[in-house]
Amino acid sequence: MKDIECFHDAVSHIPETASQIKKQGRKIMGYLCSYAPEELIHAAGFHPMRLFSSKSDIVLAENHLQSYCCSLVRGILEDSLNGRLDFLDGAVFPHTCDSMQRLSDIWRMNNRYAFFADVVLPAKLNTESAGIYMTEVLARFKKDLEAAIGKDIPDTEIKASISLFNRIRKNLSALYDLNSRHPGLISGRDLYALVKGSMIMDRKEAADRLANIVSHLEKMSPPVKPGKRLILSGSVCDTPDIFDAIETAGGVLVGDDLCTGQRWFEGPVMEDTPPLSAMAQRYRDRVTCPAKHSGLTTRAENLVSLVQKTRADGVVFLMLKFCDPHTFDYPYLKERLDGAGIKSMIFEMDDQQQSLAQFSTRIETFIHMI
Amino acid sequence: MPEKPNETVKIKSAKKMRDLMTAYYLEALSAGQNHKPVAWITSGGPVEPLVAMDIIPVYPENHGAMIGSAKMGEDLCAKAEDMGYSSDLCSYARADIACSVVKGGPIGGLPKPDMLICCNNICGTVLKWYEVQARFYNVPLFIFDTPICHGAYTPEIARYVRTQIDEYIAFLETVTQRKLDHDRMNEVGKLSLEGQRLWQKVLNTTAHKPSPMSAFDAFFFLALIVTLRGTRIAVDFYKELIEEMEQRIRDGVSSVPNERYRLLWDNLPVWHRLKWLSSKFSDHHACLVADTYTSAWCGTIKYIDENRFLDSMAEAYTRIYLNIGVDQMAEEVLNMIRFYDIDGFVMHSNRSCKPYSFGQMDIMRIVREKTGIPVLMIEADMTDPRSFSESQVETRIDAFMEIIKQRRG
Repeated sequence: MKDIECFHDAVSHIPETASQIKKQGRKIMGYLCSYAPEELIHAAGFHPMRLFSSKSDIVLAENHLQSYCCSLVRGILEDSLNGRLDFLDGAVFPHTCDSMQRLSDIWRMNNRYAFFADVVLPAKLNTESAGIYMTEVLARFKKDLEAAIGKDIPDTEIKASISLFNRIRKNLSALYDLNSRHPGLISGRDLYALVKGSMIMDRKEAADRLANIVSHLEKMSPPVKPGKRLILSGSVCDTPDIFDAIETAGGVLVGDDLCTGQRWFEGPVMEDTPPLSAMAQRYRDRVTCPAKHSGLTTRAENLVSLVQKTRADGVVFLMLKFCDPHTFDYPYLKERLDGAGIKSMIFEMDDQQQSLAQFSTRIETFIHMI
Repeated sequence: MPEKPNETVKIKSAKKMRDLMTAYYLEALSAGQNHKPVAWITSGGPVEPLVAMDIIPVYPENHGAMIGSAKMGEDLCAKAEDMGYSSDLCSYARADIACSVVKGGPIGGLPKPDMLICCNNICGTVLKWYEVQARFYNVPLFIFDTPICHGAYTPEIARYVRTQIDEYIAFLETVTQRKLDHDRMNEVGKLSLEGQRLWQKVLNTTAHKPSPMSAFDAFFFLALIVTLRGTRIAVDFYKELIEEMEQRIRDGVSSVPNERYRLLWDNLPVWHRLKWLSSKFSDHHACLVADTYTSAWCGTIKYIDENRFLDSMAEAYTRIYLNIGVDQMAEEVLNMIRFYDIDGFVMHSNRSCKPYSFGQMDIMRIVREKTGIPVLMIEADMTDPRSFSESQVETRIDAFMEIIKQRRG
């Protein structure tokens, strides 16, 4: 389907995608995290683009980050230092984990782009004062953007952006829902290209194409594809071969707890409340990244309920090596899954993972076991 | 003319310090029998309200340092790995989490907490670590969230942190069913500030040539300003320690015999190799006179107003050394290099501490550009000895000292 192909094109040729957008007169703002206030960036007239590592060899970043820093952070710094991200006009760093926190400093101190901003979000999300602070931080970011563009960003613009991003969210949720009910309706490789593409390509185009894809798939008669129903859990998964390996081994993906997946797009921003507090509210309500705190058991409850809702047969933890927040949560999440009789497996990988042979063997064994 | 001693003269206050720490741990371990509540708190956390409310503060990080020094880190870290915690995680956290389960370590584990106080001004790791412990012990957790000041201490950060001080006190009052006595709080605030000033004065004595103590001594004497900050005990002890240091200066007693080179240390100590490292440098007549770590407990005195302690501690606890931008950290390093007249900079690249270690290479570059002094980076871990290569580090120290010698002539 042509609409799906467009997403594949966008994600496999990122510099070209960026150059197309720049030709339309839009400046590009990079971000690395699902807590980036994309609606504000968009309302300011920038194109928000999530940065993924090109997975090139680490050469220049070796002079800034030690080998025990995660491959995602090192990989993106390498791309920046190497000039591969010279299409950027700026970057924004929401506060999440320790590695991102220091990447922000290193990026700023070696900055190659016109605009730079930190969005120092609270680490704690479940108190009233954290909510107030979150809104104030967004207001500060709005001011930073206004200073950069030399004019105010009217609420009407922010609301229009919120509505556009909600449309993307709604369609991605609909896709996940369809796929969960009729697994195999769309391949994992395609599905995740749609999610990633929605972080990279022009958002209006993404929203329109996603709507086409949803209505197209809704009309299709569901293929019969039996397989073990699986949930992926982790930080980013930017290795499409993983999805192929799972499907080859006889699995089907029915949902995820990834920041390149449902954590990024689930749940709309309320459109009938003041925009900044509505955005802050969504960050507090959405499924949390483990670098943030919203209760001691919240993540486990979300994961168990996702498994139950999607009637999944098992959970695959994909752990980015050196990702502290996820690694800390793993023993507890596993314990809670075990307690609920849900099988799981863990696979530790790099963003620049060279070979998936080991993963293929592990996933085959796991699928046989469940 | 006083005779210049060639042999190391021991610091007499060390024994008293050991006794004080033993008494502190005995009190903490018997808290249950004495019906005193125990709070576990992070090393950079706001302890003063606990002291004012007679809640015994216990520091898992200090415990981690003890585990490392006692060379029990490897075993406990491995136990945590058996429990599913990756070997890439902070070794303090791994050792502490395992210790809670197996009651191991040099003192058979810490007393069970009645509450946990987690201040994330040092890292995001403590947030995850304290979540684990809050579930394990099933006790209330208070998160004191101090947003990092990459640049400015903004008005919204100030408001957010100040509000949390009220929330913190309300939390303590709820858990203990007692009210905070504000007069007592003021008194504790004054003692805390005085303790920090005295600790700074202790560290300042090493600006003297030769230095009467080294960073290795500071790593040891630090424990009181961490654990007993806000008490008369810390104030009295540091006064005596300053007297002893001043006497050593008058007597010409140096920490390293025939001190010739003065070095600055960065990051946490390598607890399991303190003696070894100390003698390696000492053999080259090099004294580690200062470090960025122990000075973190007196680095924000400038923000504290003793008449408005609770208000001002919001800023003081938020702007500590690790919770600022790498460029600001580099500035502080440069200030220390000038103040202590440093010949070389030793950086511990610490696998267990990402916020301390990431950015070190940029600081290294800045130090080289602005001062021209040699910089050495050592790969290690504060508690877990498994990533430490003695022979490799030794070779690098020798090469580094050779460059310093040639440079100084």
